[in-house]
Amino acid sequence: MSIAGTDKPDKMYSSLTEKYVSTELELENAIVVKGLRKSFKQLTVLDGVNFVVKKGTVLALLGPNGAGKTTTIRILSTLLLPDSGQVLINGFDVVKNANKVRSLIGLTGQYAALDEYLTGRENLHMIGRLYRLSHLDIKRRTEELLELFDLVEASNRTVKTYSGGMSRRLDLAVSLIASPPIIFLDEPTTGLDPRSRLIMWDIITQLVSSGTTILLTTQDMDEADHLADRIIVINGGKIIAEGTSDELKQRIGSERLEIAVAAESSFEKAKKVIEDDSSLRSDDKMRTLSLVTKGGVNQLKQVLSRLDEAGIEVENISSRSPTLDDVFLTLTGHTCNDQTEKQKSKEVRK
Amino acid sequence: MTKQRNKKARRLESKMMLKASFNPYIQSEKRSKLFWALSDSWVLAKRSIKHITRNLDQLFSVALFPMMFFLLFRYVFGGAIDTGDISYVNFLVAGIFVQMLAFGANYTTMNLAIDLQRGIVNRFRSLPIARSALLIGHVGADLVRNTISGLIVIGVSFLVGFQPVAGSIEWTLVFGLAILFSLAISWISAIMGLLVKSMEAAQWTGFIVIFPLTFVSSAFVPTETMPYVLRLFAENQPLTHVIEAIRAWLVGTPIGNSGWLAFAWCISIIIVSMPVATWLFKRQALR
Repeated sequence: MSIAGTDKPDKMYSSLTEKYVSTELELENAIVVKGLRKSFKQLTVLDGVNFVVKKGTVLALLGPNGAGKTTTIRILSTLLLPDSGQVLINGFDVVKNANKVRSLIGLTGQYAALDEYLTGRENLHMIGRLYRLSHLDIKRRTEELLELFDLVEASNRTVKTYSGGMSRRLDLAVSLIASPPIIFLDEPTTGLDPRSRLIMWDIITQLVSSGTTILLTTQDMDEADHLADRIIVINGGKIIAEGTSDELKQRIGSERLEIAVAAESSFEKAKKVIEDDSSLRSDDKMRTLSLVTKGGVNQLKQVLSRLDEAGIEVENISSRSPTLDDVFLTLTGHTCNDQTEKQKSKEVRK
Repeated sequence: MTKQRNKKARRLESKMMLKASFNPYIQSEKRSKLFWALSDSWVLAKRSIKHITRNLDQLFSVALFPMMFFLLFRYVFGGAIDTGDISYVNFLVAGIFVQMLAFGANYTTMNLAIDLQRGIVNRFRSLPIARSALLIGHVGADLVRNTISGLIVIGVSFLVGFQPVAGSIEWTLVFGLAILFSLAISWISAIMGLLVKSMEAAQWTGFIVIFPLTFVSSAFVPTETMPYVLRLFAENQPLTHVIEAIRAWLVGTPIGNSGWLAFAWCISIIIVSMPVATWLFKRQALR
C-alpha cells in the first residue's frame, strides 16, 4: 500500500473517547466503523453500527431489505454523510478526507452504474481517466480486465446491448480499473442467473486472493458463507450477530432436514411427533417441517421411523442449507419478513 | 476434457493477472487542482458529446423543432405580421436562432435528470473528481449541440430568403453572444435538472420556463402591439435584449442598449447559476 507522503492518516480523531482503538489496530484494518448512526427524517436506518474489516479479508453484511446495508455502503463510499459516528478507510476519515478515500475505493452498486450509450471499452476508459490514471495504464488495465471478465468480444458494442450478467461484470470491471485496495459490492449477484452468479463468485474469490479488501452486502446466507471470512447479520440498523461463517453455522445449524407431509390432516400430528426437537420449524402453507441436522443417517432413520409409527405418510424428504429466514428465526425468534412488517407498522404509528 | 483443462489454465492465468495488478498510479499529486478539474470536465464533456452521435434523435429534434417554427412563421403567420421597414424573414431569423438555443439547453435538464435517476451518478460521486465536472460536461455538450443546430438554422434561413447585412465583426459578435447565451441558459437548465424529481418534470420545465420567455419577447413579433404589462416584461427580459442585439448585427435594425445589456445579462446569469448548480449537486449528494 502506498499512501502519498503528504497525506497522513487522520490521527486528529483518536481523541480521548476513541483511545481504545490503537493506531496499530487502525493500520491493519482497512475499514473501521465506530458508532455509525443515520436517520432519514423520523426513520432510523442505522442505529449505532460498529465493525472493522481487516486488510485483505471479506466481510459480508447479511440482512433483509431495509436492514441498513445499502445505507452503510453509501456512507462508507462517501455518497452520504453520517449523522454521527466515524468511518476510517485505510486510516482516512470518509467525511474529512472524502477525496482521499475516493481514490482508495471501488464501488459496485445494486444497479449497474454504466453509461449505456458508450461501449464497454469506452466506459472503462472514461472511469480510468476520472481516477486520473495515465493513458498507458488505462490502456493496459482495460485490456486486462476485458480479458479477465470475458468481455473482449463485446467490448466495442454499446452497453445498451449487453445482457444483465454482462452489465454486472462490466460494472465490476469498471470499479477495478484503478486496482483500488478496497472494494464495496452492494448485492453483487441479486437478479443474476445461476451461471452469471457463479462467474461473479469466481471473480470475487480471485480478487480476494490478490489481496483486495472487500465489503459486500447480501440477502443470501449461502453467498455470505461462500465468499466471506466474517459475516455480520444486520437488521433494523443494528448488528444482531457477528462471526465467521462457521461460528454462525454453529448457532444456526449448517444444514436442515426438510420433511413434506402428504396429507393435510396428518400435518398437525406430525408436528406433535417431532415436537421435542428444539429446532423444529413448520410451514403450514407448504406442509413442511424442518429441523437442524448434522448430516448423520441415524437422525434421519429415527425421524422417519417415528413418523411411520404414527402412521404419517411422508411425501418428500430433503436437506438444504439454511436460508436468511432460518438465520433470523434462530437469532431473533421471527423471520425477517415479520421483522420488517413490524418495523413498518411502527413507522406508521410514528 | 480439453475444455476443462482450458478453463483451469485460464483461471490460473487470470489469477496471475489480478495478482500482478500494477500499483495504480494515481497522478493527482503531480498536477494542480485546476488542471484536474478541467481534465475531469473534459472527460465528462466528451462523454456527453458522444451521446449526441449515439442518440441522433436528440440532435434531430433540436434542429427540427425551430425549423418547423421557422417555416410556420415565415410562410403561415409571416404575411400578417407587420415588421415595418424590414422583411419578415429578416426580422424572424434572430428570433428563431435564439429560440433554438433556448430549447437546446433543455437537454441539459433532461440528460442531467436521466443521470441522476440512474446509478451512474453514484459512480461519478464515488470518484475522486471535481464536483462540478459532471455539470460542466453536460453544459459543454449543449454548446456543441447548439453550435451544430445553430449552423443548420442559419443555413436554412438563407434558403428561405434571409439577406443579412452583417460584416465579419457583426458575425463575430453574433456568435460570441450566442455562445454566452447558450452557456447561461444551459446553467439555468442544469439547476432545473437538479431540482426536478422525474423525467416527465424535466421535459415540461423546459416548456414552462422557455415557452413564455421566447414568445413574450421580440422573437416573432414586434413588442409594440402587446398589452402594457406584457410589453413591459417583453421589452426588459434578457431574451429580448439578446434577440434585439443579434437582429441589429444581422440586419441593421436599431440596437439601443440591447448590445451591452445582452452581454451583461448572460455573464451575470453564468456567474450566479454556476455556483448555485454546483452547490445543489454537492448538497444532493450528501442529502
